[in-house]
Amino acid sequence: MRRFIEKSIEKIFAACGMITTVTILLIIVFLFKEGAGLFNSPEVEKGYALCVNAANPIEYISAPDVKKIYNSAITNWSELVGYDEYDINIVLFRDDNKDIFEYYDDEELGDDFDEIEANIPKKVLELIASTPGMLAFVREENLKKNAKGIKVLNKGTVSSDNFFFGHEWIPTATPAPQFGILPLILGTLWVSLVAILIATPLGIGVAIYLSELAQSKVRDILKPAIELLAGIPSVVYGFFGLVVLVPMVQKTLGLPVGETAFTASVILAIMALPTIITVAEDAIRSTPRAMREASLALGATHWQTIYKVVIPYAASGISAAVVLGIGRAIGETMVALMVTGNAAVIPKTLFAPVRTIPATIAAELGEAPGGGVHYQALFVLGCVLFLITLAISITAELISKRQHNKGL
Amino acid sequence: MKKILLTTILSVASILTAQTITGSDTVLPLSQQEAESYMKAHKNAKVTVTGGGSGVGISALIDGTTEIAQSSRKIKFDEKKKVQDKGSKVIEVIIAYDALAVVVNPKNKVSNLTREQLEGIFTGKITNWKEVGGDDLKIVAYSRETSSGTYEFFKEEVLKKKDYMAGIQSMPATGTIVQSVSQTPGAIGYIGLAYLDKKVKAISVSYDEGKTFVPPSVKTAKDETYPIVRPLIYYYTDKSESAVKPFIDYVLSAAGQKIVSDIGFITIK
Repeated sequence: MRRFIEKSIEKIFAACGMITTVTILLIIVFLFKEGAGLFNSPEVEKGYALCVNAANPIEYISAPDVKKIYNSAITNWSELVGYDEYDINIVLFRDDNKDIFEYYDDEELGDDFDEIEANIPKKVLELIASTPGMLAFVREENLKKNAKGIKVLNKGTVSSDNFFFGHEWIPTATPAPQFGILPLILGTLWVSLVAILIATPLGIGVAIYLSELAQSKVRDILKPAIELLAGIPSVVYGFFGLVVLVPMVQKTLGLPVGETAFTASVILAIMALPTIITVAEDAIRSTPRAMREASLALGATHWQTIYKVVIPYAASGISAAVVLGIGRAIGETMVALMVTGNAAVIPKTLFAPVRTIPATIAAELGEAPGGGVHYQALFVLGCVLFLITLAISITAELISKRQHNKGL
Repeated sequence: MKKILLTTILSVASILTAQTITGSDTVLPLSQQEAESYMKAHKNAKVTVTGGGSGVGISALIDGTTEIAQSSRKIKFDEKKKVQDKGSKVIEVIIAYDALAVVVNPKNKVSNLTREQLEGIFTGKITNWKEVGGDDLKIVAYSRETSSGTYEFFKEEVLKKKDYMAGIQSMPATGTIVQSVSQTPGAIGYIGLAYLDKKVKAISVSYDEGKTFVPPSVKTAKDETYPIVRPLIYYYTDKSESAVKPFIDYVLSAAGQKIVSDIGFITIK
């Protein structure tokens, strides 16, 4: 009977382990599966096509160029075609049942609503065929019928080049959304890097103080206090940052805006501290007593022992602590969302707004049409973030393994 | 036994009349109030309201996991097509209007702006307040998140479909825009009329190139002199029309519209 119970408990534990592993794997598979379709998705909004007059020599317009045209940064076809033969101003048209009324009055379109509805596709095609400079954004279902005098431009797919190295993240621009994630990646790394630069010396200092210098009474108060820091919800940190730190940074540094990479870094540093302190302190305390005593016996002072024996011995543990702290800072969402200002620009200074990957996903996923290009782009962003944190965890693992091998 | 059977049947019946509303966080407080008072008036009706964003609501409508999608933007063509592919038709009902107020820091001298100036500021062509008659101060433009319905509407209506400048600050919620504008001297942002308070100053907007400037208020939005007004919409499909009709009729009734104005939105005429 006892053996049976023991056996079944073993089985239950094994099953728990299996379930956890499978769940994690499924989440990862889901993440990559949802993002996978992105590079096959069309650059322009689904269900629409870009059309020009048949006389126009152009075959394909890239997404960044389409955006420039719609923002009036490119106004003449010769800028795109490259030679002066087609020196005609670009006329924009959108097939969303509004623009058409600027060209035709009600009489031409028909009397009642249904008639207008039925007439619009025909009139749209007529309009494009008769306007040489027109760039039209047309519903695909309106195109099928016949297309005399009209050229449908080739549809590009979202290119990985534009995605990973693009400088603009404007996911809802119509008709050509811009998915350049470079500012987001750099923003995330920038904020985390500075956070860790602030947190590392502080964290290691506190860890050394706690494990080597502090009296046990002070330790008994300080240690739980630091652990409490880890338990504060991140939204509370974010709120504190927005209401207290943001105006403070803005006033003391005389900046036009207080939501900056620096503000976020300070808060993330505070949030990464408990991780760094706890792990580093454990590493320092695990220095064998024999080594300390040997050092002291050789005549070294307490301080010499700390920086010549204890810290070198615990070095890999301390590095692992720092790497784990980076991981904490990179994945932090709520604080980044509230205090970075969320401006998707490539960071050039510490005192300007940035936008991070987790904040982008959190802010946009709720409103992105399910299964669309924007939705897929956010999932690929998730994959990128996952790979970054995976690399960090592996590094931490490798570093702390080295410590065990080195043992006495 | 009979009693148990009866209650089971009753609860099953009430599940049948139960309905869910999902979507825009802007419309959420309104829908919640409407649902509460509707359930008070109709004892066996059950309406569940959740938020998540306009996109979430419309996705749920496509998947058939909600009866009504609440939205602060028009349904996209792609989304409409997905519903049609499943064999049903989308029906749109405007339940209220929301005016957007352009706000600046109370210390800012500027109190009138034209649409063209707003376009210049939010697309990054105007970068200093002295260009629009204010102090020599850098303009810090705050926007909502790229995928919020408010963001889309402001872009369509005020920027005439041009894109915001690349480096615009985007905030996750209207509350944070109010907070940031109130503590940043050079700030400008846009918020729903219901969020307007003393911490920020509302700008009078002109859509006729500076001839008349109209301050945002429920009154000016109602008499159509204030231009930046957007509809708040319920979407449902023709398949669930009979189930959702009583609730929607209630929202459009005098009692329902009173809740609309209590919350700070503008009633439909």
